[in-house]
Amino acid sequence: MEHLEDPRRGGPKKPGSPDVKKKELRAWGVERWSLLLVVLILLGIWELSHRAGAISGLFFPAPSIIFETFSRLIKNGKLAEHLYATLVRVLLGFVIGGGAGTMVGLVMGWSARLRVFFDPLIAAAHPIPKIATLPLIMVLLGIGESSRIAVIAIATFFPMLINTMAGVRQIPTIHFDVARNYGATLLKTFTRVIWPGSLPMILTGVRLALNIALLIAIAVEMVASQEGLGAMIWLAWQTLRTEELYVSLLVISILGIFFNFLLQRVTDSLVPWKTDQEI
Amino acid sequence: MELICQDMTKVYQTRNGPISALEKITFTIRDNEWICIVGPSGCGKTTLLRLVAGLIEPSTGSIRYSGEPSNGTLRSALVFQEHGLFPWMTVLDNVAFGLEMQGMAKRQRHEHAQAFVEKVGLASFAQNYPHELSVGMRQRVGIARAFVANPPMLLMDEPFGSLDAQTKLVLQQELLRIWKDHPKLILYVTHDIEEAILLSDRIFVMTGHPGRIRNQINISSTRPRDLSCKEPDLMEIKWNIWKILEEEVRKSLGVLM
Repeated sequence: MEHLEDPRRGGPKKPGSPDVKKKELRAWGVERWSLLLVVLILLGIWELSHRAGAISGLFFPAPSIIFETFSRLIKNGKLAEHLYATLVRVLLGFVIGGGAGTMVGLVMGWSARLRVFFDPLIAAAHPIPKIATLPLIMVLLGIGESSRIAVIAIATFFPMLINTMAGVRQIPTIHFDVARNYGATLLKTFTRVIWPGSLPMILTGVRLALNIALLIAIAVEMVASQEGLGAMIWLAWQTLRTEELYVSLLVISILGIFFNFLLQRVTDSLVPWKTDQEI
Repeated sequence: MELICQDMTKVYQTRNGPISALEKITFTIRDNEWICIVGPSGCGKTTLLRLVAGLIEPSTGSIRYSGEPSNGTLRSALVFQEHGLFPWMTVLDNVAFGLEMQGMAKRQRHEHAQAFVEKVGLASFAQNYPHELSVGMRQRVGIARAFVANPPMLLMDEPFGSLDAQTKLVLQQELLRIWKDHPKLILYVTHDIEEAILLSDRIFVMTGHPGRIRNQINISSTRPRDLSCKEPDLMEIKWNIWKILEEEVRKSLGVLM
């Protein structure tokens, strides 16, 4: 009977068929190699123009000097110290704020009544740049670690809430009908429909929130901290050690790339039914 | 189990006042009887299914189920047109969903589900996700899910409406075969007159706006049926239904003969 199955639609798609995967990989390979090549050429031009004295070493220290500084900061442990401080803040703030945002988002997505009540509050609070709340938070919580984490938590709360809520709301009614028709309890409706149905959007929220957390952490550290990548940038600027500035920027960008890479992996394993679609 | 509807109406409140979707629906369906419902679009066919499924309440009138199964077991299962499967569950988990909701342990329900997955010819796709299947295969999964839960009544809303003619034919035969092994009361909505004649014991022909049952047509010839010239009775029935529906469609579109 299988041969009668809808030939126009190309039959069933088996996931990860070797042909398709290989082709994709090869395309990626070429893209990545050419990107690397372009970067290397640009770095080469930079290095050479520095050595020829064409650009100022103060504003544009040569790549070799930046790299030297990089390895020096790794060796003396200063970089690890700052990086650790930032990471702890980002993760703590994200877990507290993002966790709360997810829970509120799930409930608000589910209950129209709560949504009507809380939506105006969210709409009013959401557009405030969260970094602007830092002074107020410091008045409330004092000048210390808890204030810094609180600002990050507030900043991650909103994207998580809004994405989670949208995730619940975009679940088609038919899925709830099926669950009801088969006699699903409230708990089963949550674990088998609402949670998996909104998970792709929640993970999009995680990605957004983590990037925002990093951004806010750096900003907070610039104005109100002695350690952390933001503080490192600020210190480097005050002492005009440009090469350290470049190192911090490099580390932050690597961190951002690492977060996104990690999340892509997590997404692939948590929502296997969406791997070949947008997330 | 018997399904008895008495003077059932359904009125929806809209901004432009109440709209009557169904009016004076009265019928009795016997145990294991297969009823097809045909009618112009918007005649309340889907509303009728949702009423019988208990997803919505009738405005007036009553639905009764005599000889209902003991408490806790499922009374009816709905089979939807296309999007009824959970995209986040594998074929096996989708099929086992009804059993899971009844609280059956994982291993046991997977065993039951596996048997039905094989019965609908999807053994090698048990661990795939719905988006990896063709539309016809997805519909088989939906049917397997309904049969595994084993309710005395199946409610099917144009299950093959989006399939091409060949696939539809194959799935109709499969459905008949499974129904023979696992007889149930089936309420089957379709807009395809031939499908209704091929499958059902009795056809309800509905009118549009508000939906009423205009005719009930018995089909007694044995299955599998053939809609070629070999069975002139069936051709006759087809023409009769066609004429009624044409009249109804014209009425609902406001076109005069």
